[in-house]
Amino acid sequence: MGVGIRVENLNAWYGPTHTLKDVSLHIPANRATALIGPSGCGKSTFVRCLNRMHETNPTARAEGTVMMGDLDIYKDAAPVEIRRRIGMVFQRPNPFPTMSIYDNVASGLKLNGFRKRRILDEIVERSLKQAALWEEVKDDLKKKSGASLSGGQQQRLCIARALAVDPEVLLMDEPASALDPVSTSKIEDLIFQLKSQYTIVIVTHNMQQAARVAENTGFFLTGKLVEFAPTHKIFTMPSDKRTEDYITGRFG
Amino acid sequence: MRINFQQKLDELKERLLVMAGLVEQAIQRATEAYSTRDTELCELVKLSEPAINRMEREIDQAALDLLAMEQPMAVDLRFIIAVIRINADLERVGDQAVGIAGRVKDLGMFANLDIPVDIPKLASLSQAMVRKALQAFIEGDADLAQSVLTLDDQVDEMNREAFRSLGELIKTKPEMSSQALNALIISRNLERVGDHATNIAEDVIFWVRGADVRHGWAPEED
Repeated sequence: MGVGIRVENLNAWYGPTHTLKDVSLHIPANRATALIGPSGCGKSTFVRCLNRMHETNPTARAEGTVMMGDLDIYKDAAPVEIRRRIGMVFQRPNPFPTMSIYDNVASGLKLNGFRKRRILDEIVERSLKQAALWEEVKDDLKKKSGASLSGGQQQRLCIARALAVDPEVLLMDEPASALDPVSTSKIEDLIFQLKSQYTIVIVTHNMQQAARVAENTGFFLTGKLVEFAPTHKIFTMPSDKRTEDYITGRFG
Repeated sequence: MRINFQQKLDELKERLLVMAGLVEQAIQRATEAYSTRDTELCELVKLSEPAINRMEREIDQAALDLLAMEQPMAVDLRFIIAVIRINADLERVGDQAVGIAGRVKDLGMFANLDIPVDIPKLASLSQAMVRKALQAFIEGDADLAQSVLTLDDQVDEMNREAFRSLGELIKTKPEMSSQALNALIISRNLERVGDHATNIAEDVIFWVRGADVRHGWAPEED
């Protein structure tokens, strides 16, 4: 099951640049939460802070509190453990190109010491089914490489890879922006199905996508969270003029 | 800034105002016909109906196109929804005008009849409501729209009074039932015009403030 995330006074920097400013919000468990905003507004930095990916950049740092359930992710656990529990899918599908489909999905498990073939087989199958890819690849699991799949299939493979290590939260940074409408639709259907088991945070530039998949939406601007509300409210009656200007295209 | 989209929204507004002009003219002619018993005006009202109906379809289609092609959000979405609703209300006002014109033609034979209802005053009040609601739409003025809502109570009361007095007339002078019924229906038509003006005003409030105040509902403060 998914777990909620509570963020309090989160600040982040790249070198001297203050990219995230005093962000506080509650991401509810087993819901999809969308983050929108113009390029450079801090939404991707925000999600990277949630699973401590932000600090992989040597000039970057973050301050504040991020609680996943009762776990303070900056105090109570190592980054590797956090990233297992909070999976991430990126804008461009990034399967390991030389690995088979099977090995792509199993890679995280193997890194964590899983060796038993039968268990690995079960988890790979379950993860590919969860990612709605199983039927398309089940006959080629070990014959084809991840790179041989289409863009949409590669993205679902990456989702399967993230799910294989049994995370509680799934972060998706523009997961469909490089995909055609059919593949995008599959990813959105997937988000709908996955949120019964996982907490999902999705960064997107596609506001219709946010409106379609997310229960709650946050609008970021210049590193600040301007508004966070139920999605239907954000897209019909936003409280803040800046949110309205952005989503109606009057921004700038 | 989505310039092309903004232009299309402006065009939609202009088309609705053209439609509003036709409807206002129809109701004005119908009530004038009542005062003058001018059956030619009644004919003009009936002739205007196909044009009003055609405009309703065109505006709905234009609004539908914008919803599908532009995927509007927030204030733009509320504006288009308001236009669709106002469009339907205007068409119904046009129907009420046609209804009045029909009754006036029947009443024409009884021009000297002393009907105990001030139909011209009721007509003037309901037309003022329509004009005010449309002005609020033109200016995006939710306060002005709000003021329309209070006028509806007066129109409703006048209509109730018409029912009472005309009912009494039917009882005391059964031979005048036909005239009384025609007057009763006209009063009801004008009361419905007031209701449609109220709906238009509520749609303006929805567009501007994002608040649904229909049926006297007050949204909770956030």
